[in-house]
Amino acid sequence: MTISNASAVAINAQGLYYKELNEKIRAALAAGAATVRVHSVNGQRYIGTGLSGNASLIVEGTAGNDLGAYMNGLTVTVYGNGQDGIANTMNAGTIVIHGSTGDTLGYAMRDGEVYVEGSVGFRVGIHMKEYQEKVPVLVIGGKAGSFFGEYMAGGILILLGLSGREGHPIVGDFCGTGMHGGVMYIRGNVEEHQLGKEVKVVELDEQDREVLGKYVGRYVGHFGGDAGEILDAPFVKLIPFNKRPYGNLYVGV
Amino acid sequence: MLLREGQIRIPSGCAISGIMNRDGEVFSGHDIIRSIALMHDRSNGLGGGFAAYGIYPDYPEHYALHMFFEDDQSREATEVFFNNHFDIEVGGKIPTRKTVKITNAPLIWRYFVLPKENKLVESGLGADEYMARCVMRINSEYPGAFVASSGKNMGAFKGVGYPEEIGEFYKLDTYKGYLWTAHGRFPTNTPGWWGGAHPFTLLDWSIVHNGEISSYDANRRYLEMFGYRCSLQTDTEAITYAFDLLLRKHGLPLHVAVTALAAPFWSALARMDDQQKALVKAVRTVYSSLLINGPFSIILGSRKGFVALNDRLKLRSLVAAEKGAFIYVASEESAIREVCAAPDKVWSVGGGEPVIGLLKGVDQL
Amino acid sequence: MSFHYTTPDFIVDRDERRCTQCQICVRQCANEVHRWHERGRKVVHDDRKCVNCHRCVLTCPADALTIRKFPNEYRANANWTDHYIDSIYKQAATGSVLLSGMGTDKPYPIYWDHLLLNASQVTNPSIDPLREPMELKTFLGRKPDALSINDGKLAEALPPQLELDLPIMFGAMSFGAVSLNTMTSLARAAERMGTYFCTGEGGLHRDLYQYGAHTITQVASGRFGVHPEYLEAGAAIEIKIGQGAKPGIGGHLPGEKVGMDVSLTRMIPEGSDAISPAPHHDIYSIEDLRQLIYSLKEATEYRKPVAVKIAAVHNIAAIASGAARAGADIIVIDGFRGGTGAAPLRTRDSVGIPIELALAAVDQRLRDESIRHQVSLVVAGTIRCSSDVVKAIALGADACYIGTAALIALGCHVCQNCYSGKCNWGIATQRPELTERLDPDVGAGLAANLLKAWAHEIKDMLGGMGINALESLRGNRLMLRGIGLSEKELEILGVKHAGE
Repeated sequence: MTISNASAVAINAQGLYYKELNEKIRAALAAGAATVRVHSVNGQRYIGTGLSGNASLIVEGTAGNDLGAYMNGLTVTVYGNGQDGIANTMNAGTIVIHGSTGDTLGYAMRDGEVYVEGSVGFRVGIHMKEYQEKVPVLVIGGKAGSFFGEYMAGGILILLGLSGREGHPIVGDFCGTGMHGGVMYIRGNVEEHQLGKEVKVVELDEQDREVLGKYVGRYVGHFGGDAGEILDAPFVKLIPFNKRPYGNLYVGV
Repeated sequence: MLLREGQIRIPSGCAISGIMNRDGEVFSGHDIIRSIALMHDRSNGLGGGFAAYGIYPDYPEHYALHMFFEDDQSREATEVFFNNHFDIEVGGKIPTRKTVKITNAPLIWRYFVLPKENKLVESGLGADEYMARCVMRINSEYPGAFVASSGKNMGAFKGVGYPEEIGEFYKLDTYKGYLWTAHGRFPTNTPGWWGGAHPFTLLDWSIVHNGEISSYDANRRYLEMFGYRCSLQTDTEAITYAFDLLLRKHGLPLHVAVTALAAPFWSALARMDDQQKALVKAVRTVYSSLLINGPFSIILGSRKGFVALNDRLKLRSLVAAEKGAFIYVASEESAIREVCAAPDKVWSVGGGEPVIGLLKGVDQL
Repeated sequence: MSFHYTTPDFIVDRDERRCTQCQICVRQCANEVHRWHERGRKVVHDDRKCVNCHRCVLTCPADALTIRKFPNEYRANANWTDHYIDSIYKQAATGSVLLSGMGTDKPYPIYWDHLLLNASQVTNPSIDPLREPMELKTFLGRKPDALSINDGKLAEALPPQLELDLPIMFGAMSFGAVSLNTMTSLARAAERMGTYFCTGEGGLHRDLYQYGAHTITQVASGRFGVHPEYLEAGAAIEIKIGQGAKPGIGGHLPGEKVGMDVSLTRMIPEGSDAISPAPHHDIYSIEDLRQLIYSLKEATEYRKPVAVKIAAVHNIAAIASGAARAGADIIVIDGFRGGTGAAPLRTRDSVGIPIELALAAVDQRLRDESIRHQVSLVVAGTIRCSSDVVKAIALGADACYIGTAALIALGCHVCQNCYSGKCNWGIATQRPELTERLDPDVGAGLAANLLKAWAHEIKDMLGGMGINALESLRGNRLMLRGIGLSEKELEILGVKHAGE
C-alpha cells in the first residue's frame, strides 16, 4: 500500500485474495482516506461490500462478483468490466462502470444509482424495490438480457440501447415479469411478446421526461455523449398493472 | 451364543491399580499382582490384565506386538500381513505358566518389529501413525487375530480370569519394569474373550479403566471422524483413542487433554482468570464431543509415565500415594497399603483432578 | 344468500339459556361469525365463517359457546374423503390454489414417537438434576479440527460462536406474518432464557434492535429490510434457502398485511405485496451459495456466524454437505411437517421429508465425510415437546428451533388460518385491535416459561441417562431405540430396535 497523501491511497490488487484486498481497503478508509484507488483488479469479489461512508473507490481492472453488495454510501468507479451481482441489495451510493456487466446487476437494490456504459446480462434490476424517499436507479447505456426487472417492486430502470450486440433486441424476453412496482424506461420499441404478463406500456408524461432528462444527463456526465440526441428518440414506459399481481391466486381451505 | 466385545457393547465395572518408580528404576511384577489381588471382590473372574513399561531393554526401539490368535490358521494369515508390512526382529510364544484356573487361552505370541522401510515411505506417514493404522487394520480385518499391545519397551498381559491368576499365568514376577498398571474386570455379560480384557492399548498408550460411561456413542462417533475404528465397542478403547487424538495427533499438553475429557463445570469458569477461562471455553467448544460423561476412573500409561483421572462428578473412587520415587494409584487405599505400608503421602483424588506421574526430566506424557 | 356446495366446517353451538346477550363474542371475533341482530335483540352467528380458534368460547363469560365439527358426513368412501370432495368444490368455484397455514395436518409418520430413550440402571448411575450440576450450554458456529496451544495459551481465537444456555431457539417467523407483539414476546423470552430468536425474512423492527445480542437476522430471497445496519444488529445471520412447509416455493405476504410498521421494517411501500422469489437469484448453484455466505461475512467482517437454512428434501445429505463446504457455520434443516404462515396446501402436504430422517442422514453423511464437528446442526419442523428435543440431540442435532410450539405458548390454537390476517389471538395479524390482545410482557413470560419447563424436563431425561452435559448426548444414538420401525427406517435413523 502506498500513501501518496493523507486522503488518497493506492492499492495494488495483483495476486491478492479478496479477503486480504478488502481488509486493506477497509483499513485505508478507517485511516481516513477520501479516495482509494485499487489497480490491477482481476476478479476479486466483494469490493465495497458492506461499506458505509462518503469515500470514493476507484477500481481498475475486471471487478469481481458482488461489487458493492449491501453498500451504504460510497462512490465506486470501475474502469473495466464488472461481473455478476453488482450492487446486490445495495442500500445507498453510486456505482459507475466504464464497461459492461454480467448477470443479476442490482438484485434487491433499495437505493443509490448505478450507471453502466455498455450492456448488461440476464435478470438485471431483479426485485429492485423503493421505499419512502429511497428510489434506486439503474441506467444502462447498451442492451439487457431476459428477465429485465423481474419481480420489480420499485425504483427506476433506464435502458438506452446505444451500443450492444448487433442484431440483438434492446431487451430480452420476459421483461418485467412479476413486476409490481417501479418504472422502466426503454429507448426505442419493445415487442409485445417480450413483455412479462404483469406489465403494461404507457405514454410518457412531463414528469417522466424530467426524470429521464435528469438521469440521462448524469449518464452523459459519466461517459460523454449528447443527452439531447439520446432523449430525442422515442421511449417506452413500462409499469405494472397493479401492486397485487397475485391477489386472487389463492383460496383458503 | 453370547456375542463378544466388538460384536456388541459390553459394559463393566472394575478395579484398577498402578505403581511407578519416577527415577526409572525397574522392579518386578510381584507388587502389582498383590495390589490388584487385594481388590479381588471388585472383579468377577471374567477379565484381568497388566501393562508393564521398561520390560524389554534389549529391544527398546522395536514395536513389541503382543498377539492373541484363535488358531494357527489365523496366526499364519496375520503373519503374511506382518511380513508385508514389518521387518520382524524376533518372534515367538510368550512364556506362560500352566495354572488350574486359566483355561481356554488363545495362542499368545510376541513379535519385535519395525515398519518396512519402503512401505513406510510409500504410506507418507510417520512410523507411529503407520503402526497405529496397521494395528487397527489387524483388529478389524483379521478374524481370530488380536493385537493385545503394540508399544515400544512395553507390553500388555491380559486374559480371562482374576487378575492375580493372569499375573501368575504370564509369569509377571519374572519381568522388571518401572511402571506397572493392573486391572480386574467385572463385566455384565461376556463370553470370556481374551481380547476384551484390559488394559486396552495403542502403541505406547495403555489404559485400565473402571466404570461405564454414558457418552460412549457421542465419543465414538466423533473419534471415527478422525480415522479411529472403535472395533471393540468398549469405553476403554474410546478413551484411549481420545487421548491419542489429543496428545499425539493434535499435540496438546496433558492438562488440555484432561480439560477436554473431564471438563470443569461452566459454573467453575467464573472463578478462573481470563486466560484460563478462554482456554477452558475453547476446549469445551471444540472438543465437546470428547467429554467423558458418567463414571470412570482410569490410568493412562505411556513410556514417559502415567496420568490417573476420574470423572468430574467423582462417581468412581481413586486414591493416590507417594513414597520416595514411587507413586501409587488404586481404586482403594488398601491396595496401596498392601505394597507400601507407610507412604509419605496419601490422598483421595478429586473429580476431574489428574494424578500425574512422570519420569525424571520429562514434562509431558 | 349464495348457494354453497359444501357445508360449513364447524357449528357454533350457543346455549341460549346461558347467553346473556353481552356481545363479547361479537367484539372478539375478527372473522365476524357473531353478529348483533338488532330487530331480534339477540346475538346470532354464521357458522360458515368460523375457523374454530376458540377465542369466543374462551372469552364468553357465561360459558355459553361450544364449537363442534359440522356433523354431516358424505357417504363413506375411503378414496373420496370429505377433504378431497370439499377441495374440488372450492377450486371449481374459484380457480385458485388452495392455501393453508401451519404445518401439514396429514397423519404422516412422526418418528419422534417411534424412538425411545435410555436410562441408567446399576451399571452406571443416573444423576439427580435438581441437586447436581446439569449443563445444557451449547455453542453454535464453526469449529476448527484442533486447538493450537502455545505456552498454555490459545494460539488462535475461535471463530465466532452463538452461546446458548439451552438447546432451543425460536425459529424464523417474519414481521408481517406475525405481529410485532409476537416478535417482542419471543425476543424478550430469548433474552431472558439465554437463547436466540430468528427474525425471519421481514427485517428487524426498530423496537427490537435492543435485543440484537439475542437475534439471528435472516436474509431471504426477497432481501426485505436487509441493509448493513440490519446485518450488524444480530448475533448471527441466517440465509434462508428453503422452508420445510414449502420447499422450493417462494413467499408472498399479501398487501393487506403491509401496513406502516411492516412497510418501514421491510423497506417496501405500504399496501404492496411482498414477494419472495422461489430461489435467491444470486444462487443458482452451490458455488453461488459460497459467494453469498462470504458476501455476508465480508460485510460483517467475519464477526458473525452465518447459518444456512434448508428444507428437508430427498437429497438433503448431499446438500447439507455442500453447504458446510460452502462455508456455512451453522446448517438449519427444516422438516416437512414444519410450520408456516401460508403455504400452498398441496405443496405443504406432499413435498419434502420428515426432519428425523433428514437429521439422521445429514449427521451421518457429515461424519462419513469427517466434517460434522466443523459445523453446527440446528433442526426444526415439529419439535413439540422436550423429549422431541432430546431425541433430536441424540440423533445428532446441536440445537432445535421451535416455531409452532412457541406460538401455541402465546395462545395460538392452531386453527390453520394464519394467512387470513384475522388471527383472533393477536399473533398472525397486523390489525391493531387484534395485535393488542397479546401483551408482550405476558407473552415473554409464557414463552420463557415454556423454555424453562422444557429445560427442566431435558435435565431430568439427561440425568436419567447418566449424562450431565448436553454435548455428551449429541449424536449419542446408543441412547435411542426404535419401536415399530422397519429395518430400513432403523438403518437410516442409525438406531437399534427396542430389545436389541
